[in-house]
Amino acid sequence: MLDTTPAALHTDAPPLLQTVGLTKRYGSFLANDFIDIEIWPQQIHALLGENGAGKSTLVKAIYGLIQPSEGEMRWHGEKMVLSGPSEARARGIGMVFQHFSLFDNLTVAENVALGLDGRESFKDIAARLEQVSSLYGLPLDPKREVWQLSVGERQRIEIVRALMQNPKFLILDEPTAVLTPQEADQLFIVLNRLKDEGRAILYISHKLEEVKRLCDTATILRGGKKVATCNPKAETAASLARMMVGGEIKEVKAAASRQITVPRLVVNDLCLEPDDPHGVRLQHISFELRGGEILGIAGVAGNGQDELFAALSGERLSQDPGTVVIEGIAAGHLSITRRRRLGAAFVPEERLGHGTAPRMRLSENALLTGHAAGNMVQHGFVNTAATLKTVDRATEAFDVRKAKRDPEAASLSGGNLQKFIVGREILRNPAVLVVSQPTWGVDAGAAAVIRQALLDLATAGAAVLVTSQDLDELSEITDRIAVMFHGKLSDPLPTAEASREKLGLLMGGSSLDPKEAVRAAGA
Amino acid sequence: MELIEAIILSVLAASTPLLLAATGELVTERSGVLNLGVEGMMIVGAACGFGGALLTGSTIIGALCGIVAGTAMSLIFAAMTLGLAVNQVATGLALTILGIGLSGLIGAGFVGERITPAPHLYIPYLTSIPLIGRIVFGEDAFVYFSIALIVAVWWFLYRTRGGLILRACGDNHVSAHALGYSVLKIRLYAVMFGGACAGLAGAYLPLAYTPFFIPGMTAGRGWIALALVVFASWLPGRLAIGAYLFGAVTILQLHAQGAGVGIPSQFLSSLPYLATVIVLVLLSRARTGGSTAPAALGTVFVPDR
Repeated sequence: MLDTTPAALHTDAPPLLQTVGLTKRYGSFLANDFIDIEIWPQQIHALLGENGAGKSTLVKAIYGLIQPSEGEMRWHGEKMVLSGPSEARARGIGMVFQHFSLFDNLTVAENVALGLDGRESFKDIAARLEQVSSLYGLPLDPKREVWQLSVGERQRIEIVRALMQNPKFLILDEPTAVLTPQEADQLFIVLNRLKDEGRAILYISHKLEEVKRLCDTATILRGGKKVATCNPKAETAASLARMMVGGEIKEVKAAASRQITVPRLVVNDLCLEPDDPHGVRLQHISFELRGGEILGIAGVAGNGQDELFAALSGERLSQDPGTVVIEGIAAGHLSITRRRRLGAAFVPEERLGHGTAPRMRLSENALLTGHAAGNMVQHGFVNTAATLKTVDRATEAFDVRKAKRDPEAASLSGGNLQKFIVGREILRNPAVLVVSQPTWGVDAGAAAVIRQALLDLATAGAAVLVTSQDLDELSEITDRIAVMFHGKLSDPLPTAEASREKLGLLMGGSSLDPKEAVRAAGA
Repeated sequence: MELIEAIILSVLAASTPLLLAATGELVTERSGVLNLGVEGMMIVGAACGFGGALLTGSTIIGALCGIVAGTAMSLIFAAMTLGLAVNQVATGLALTILGIGLSGLIGAGFVGERITPAPHLYIPYLTSIPLIGRIVFGEDAFVYFSIALIVAVWWFLYRTRGGLILRACGDNHVSAHALGYSVLKIRLYAVMFGGACAGLAGAYLPLAYTPFFIPGMTAGRGWIALALVVFASWLPGRLAIGAYLFGAVTILQLHAQGAGVGIPSQFLSSLPYLATVIVLVLLSRARTGGSTAPAALGTVFVPDR
């Protein structure tokens, strides 16, 4: 094994934390298969792997949330058995969760208090919260309720809460997934400072460039097994990806030339009040999307992307028909089905429950969006053969892997279900495709297939609108990128000019300097 | 003067069972569990409470029997919804049907019997003060207890760590579990508290309100308690306002009917409901943003081990 730890630290002391043959079984499924890792102080250790590789299971075991089936953990060289997270916290293990473990209707101080085990009074907690947050430059107002805060602020709560326990070892599960590039940079400053203070950090991510920049050691998991431990700074992003996937990932290729044709989706001054108290108001959104073009919408989650999707798909109707124009026809007041008949197709962010009905078969799910066009319904009766054929075509064209011909939607893995949903819509040959977070939580292989399909669809002449938080994805496939912030959409920038810095500024609510904006508008 | 005193006394008496049952349900729902079986737990509490008092001659033992019976009913609910992760709405409705049947069975032999109603407080001189004396110093123990209980629940929810953890479970059970709290255990206690309160509220009816037992004597009070929790936006202060308002309008419209006011009696009978809904809706309009309901209310939680 490659020795990646700083030599100076390698005295005879055992590692801070060590897992030996750690195994976790769910029925016959091995989520973690005999994993050995070593965590040393003053190091940022990356844990890499695709979805389902066993990263979350491993850290849940280390944090005491689940009990390993076999193997053991050693803390300072001594055997450690954890009955729950409070025991882990008592030893100095802190965790920042991926899907924040916060309570929306409680205040910041209450959220922090729930993560502390001591007998501190609320007043002391609030005082110490302010002290820790100013010490690390993570400003927070203890009295505000979480639902009022941005995603970046929410993560700050999690980090400050973990730091208030003065942990020796901090686990962060995909902390930058929802941050703007600038917010991520600020986080790295904090993490490097924690490292210099002698703490150990386990950093879970699938953003390989980030890992190369930040981490001292990387452990790579694949299918529940440890594949390698290496020094990420000595590897390339491609070599790390190869280890994660266990093979080459197909390169996504855009066609050399695409014909930009007529406007197919036009949005004119769309305004929409939110329909729930936590929603975002859409304010004067306008853009024009032509055939053969892919427009990306970047932005931190919760800035109105969901509301925009609902307004485009017809889940929320607009008073003024002219606000949404599909294929030259004012459609703002039309239902979802009538918009589909005009040639539009929609892929929402949430696969289960929004994109598909989880407990229904794939053929039934194909019918749900396909009945408006095609031959699936004849004289009011369902043509079962036609729905099954759609499933087969999507399966073949998009390499959907499933246990039987027509299983329940919920039984597919995230990547395979997403390929099916995108395939189902693309096979209808839409003139306009609106897709939200096309590859969120999808493994790298499936993501490449989906991105290629979007590019091919545009090449065939369709207009494609992609909402994503993944800037790498947007710069890979789009022609222009606009940024959504607080319900407003910026003017689109040509992708070639949309640097991470510019997009990051827009995502944080700043505007580009006027000259730039004029130039972008003209482009 | 006499009339005002009598009205206020009967308002307090009519409001107390609602307040007791709704207080219990508020705590249950704040932990994220929707128990629609309040009516069923109340009616079984009424039958068992009356039986206990009849057999022993003691109001206190009667009240304790009501509490135990309500808690036992809530344990059936907890075993189904927390233990077996069954749908809470269906289980709650079934619990009410079960309770109505069970109380008829338990109480069949008690119909027609009478007991001595719960004694009222008597403090020499103080109770004799005109107008306020009997209202402040001359109530039965249930009335004082119900007021103390709602204050204690407010204190618990907003001033103690236990209350914070309970609210956290109701807001996001996944996060609470991830932080290491035992969501199911906390919810079990909350459901049991709700059952105990509903049982006591039911027992209040034959022990203090009317000194005899008739089947179905809760007459929908459990449902009103459920509605009060929702309209009070799960806040203890508003719950107390709602319960007393409902009691007050109920009594006033009875007096109005008795006095022969020229308004159809059907309209007067619906006044308590209308007044409560309107006032509590106006109160909840004051809050902007944020959800008022516990976010995890009614959702099943199965911990991953």
